[in-house]
Amino acid sequence: MPVAELLFWFLTGLSLFGALMVVFSKNPVHSVLWLIVVFFAISGHYILMNAQFLAIVNLIVYAGAIMVLFLFVIMLMNMNTESEPQKNRWLRLAAIVSGGSLLLILVAALKDNKGSISGVSDLEGGIGLIQNLGKVLFTDYVVPFEISSVLFLSAMVGAVILGRKESANIKS
Amino acid sequence: MPINYYIFLSITLFTIGIVGVLTRRNAIIIFMCIELMLNAVNVLLVAFSKMHHVAAYALDASTTVGTEAQLFVFFIMVVAAAEVTVGLAIIVMLYRNIHSVDINFLNRLKH
Repeated sequence: MPVAELLFWFLTGLSLFGALMVVFSKNPVHSVLWLIVVFFAISGHYILMNAQFLAIVNLIVYAGAIMVLFLFVIMLMNMNTESEPQKNRWLRLAAIVSGGSLLLILVAALKDNKGSISGVSDLEGGIGLIQNLGKVLFTDYVVPFEISSVLFLSAMVGAVILGRKESANIKS
Repeated sequence: MPINYYIFLSITLFTIGIVGVLTRRNAIIIFMCIELMLNAVNVLLVAFSKMHHVAAYALDASTTVGTEAQLFVFFIMVVAAAEVTVGLAIIVMLYRNIHSVDINFLNRLKH
């Protein structure tokens, strides 16, 4: 078995196991840490598919920034040992059954296609390198890029307005 | 490597995210499951991009087919970062008001 295929199966197993642990671990901090494991595995998949820029962005943005934000919020709320009361067992069973049937339907619908990635880890082309992506991003996609900066600004303003104290609102 | 493997990996990750959203009651865990679903879609986009690029590369060595999909993934990450910022601010505000992040208590719109 070639090493790329071996890596693929290892990363797939790691990401699926991590995703299951995100959902089923009781402690929210453990969920965040398992989600970081999932993001690392997905970055490994990107590297395997020769998309290095996306792999690095995934690590920096998701595993580096967003997950730290989640950890901060969880520790701010001081709920790192709380386990939520699960009162309705039938609701949980129904959720798992419906999710499983969705999985079944999607797999049954898509199992017969014939496409394939011939050389997953081949270095041919290199569209995932930052040279090509940057060239296209700053020529053809420069307007969406600038609009996303406006989106970030509005998200920042929204977060500040939502996150300030209510008493400041009354005083002003 | 068949593209089916990537499709099934993505479907499974997406379904785990859906099951997490449906089963968990903690708002932050639900939010993390939404991130999981976004990442499942990203993996699938990159896999399809690679597939089309490999197919076009066999005909023309200087092709850049498949760049758009990777840029799309980039924009999905940008939007997800903005979404996480606002969502966590909303969760912090909820926690400040009702001292819990259990979504069973968030049913005031019903009454």
